[in-house]
Amino acid sequence: MTSLAKLLEAALFASGRPIATEELAVLDPDASPAELQSALDELRERYDVDGHGVELLEIAGGWQILTRAEYTEAIERAQLAARPARLSGAALETLAIIAYRQPISRSEIEEIRGVAVGSVLKSLHERGLIDVVGRAEGLGRPLLYGTTPVFLEHFALRHLEELPRADELAIALRVQPRETEAAAVTEASE
Amino acid sequence: MTSAYTPDLNGPPPDSSFVVELTAFSGPLDLLLALIRDEKVDIYDIPIARICEQFVIRIRTLGLNEAADYLEMAARLLRIKAQMLLPRGDEEQWEDPRAELVRRLLEYQQMREVVDVLERRGEERRNQFARAYLPQAPAPPQAPLALSLSELLSAVDRVLRTVREPNMHEVIPRALDIPGAISIIRSVLALRARILWTEIVEHTAEPWQILSTLLGLLELAKVGELRVNQPKPFANVEISRDVASEAA
Repeated sequence: MTSLAKLLEAALFASGRPIATEELAVLDPDASPAELQSALDELRERYDVDGHGVELLEIAGGWQILTRAEYTEAIERAQLAARPARLSGAALETLAIIAYRQPISRSEIEEIRGVAVGSVLKSLHERGLIDVVGRAEGLGRPLLYGTTPVFLEHFALRHLEELPRADELAIALRVQPRETEAAAVTEASE
Repeated sequence: MTSAYTPDLNGPPPDSSFVVELTAFSGPLDLLLALIRDEKVDIYDIPIARICEQFVIRIRTLGLNEAADYLEMAARLLRIKAQMLLPRGDEEQWEDPRAELVRRLLEYQQMREVVDVLERRGEERRNQFARAYLPQAPAPPQAPLALSLSELLSAVDRVLRTVREPNMHEVIPRALDIPGAISIIRSVLALRARILWTEIVEHTAEPWQILSTLLGLLELAKVGELRVNQPKPFANVEISRDVASEAA
């Protein structure tokens, strides 16, 4: 392993959070971005090929060493670490809407979900998954919400674009779409 | 199928095995989508009367918290149902009253698909530990206060000890007899027009007597019954009847 790869490994091991590539670059000012990237690739391959209990993942615009999923049960049984609580369905729905429509106001989220989301927003905010990113121009200047880097970490996303694009989402409910009616509906809704 | 739904809220649901816990749904749109799936109907051609009826049956066991959201949807469905019954007139110009609902359902369905993605990704991430797992859970609420009586009392004691000793004055009744002194001065002045301080205060007088006489003198001087004169510092004080007031 190159000395740069070893240095990166030590830094990543020392941090619990993903480290952004720019932060890794600070470790060795002489290393070029290409060298940095190849060192990271080397490290990742090392973990994958040699069969390690951990792996190197690209998350939230950074890099993080995580244990492999196959050992989770054993680790948890031994009470060495505990998995975090799952998010509720309401929380996931709200997060999904914010992730796609950010910045978005509470009333717009409620319009899509069809239910009040005040308390859900509060708990998502407390968990650091969302944050207030601004205020809308309209009446009452409502707060606008957006997702945070913690959101990306929580779902192990490299960036928001990793989520499926809205137009890629299949419409599972389109049972026997009848051409004429579908067209009529589209027209009416526009 | 009965086309007219009679709101018999007290009776048991017609088919109790069919009633699903509302808590299983995250909202009225979720319930509506489930109904559409269960009834195997085309979302672009929702048989609104049937779906509306099913919806109302299922929300019979509403909890208060969800009531508003579900009732609003029920009202919306009933309105669409009524609009569907109106004669269409010009087929070209007719706008499907279900269109807005369909749009919202499709939007909601899209969002549900994103939820599936997030759920899967979240579950994968949950199964991997970082070094010292960091995405922090909110701080646990503080443990209830547990302390013994003696601890409480010593705490109170500590607090009380920090309070400064208050400045206490002992108020004693004045042992002076000013009215008595006044009457003595008046009676003496009635006999003599001019007297000296040393003549009305005996050598053996107690401090309270001296003070009483002094205050009596000042009092009478104030109301103008007499004049007090001291020719030079530390000289004997002369007391004389006030001529002006006498004349008046």
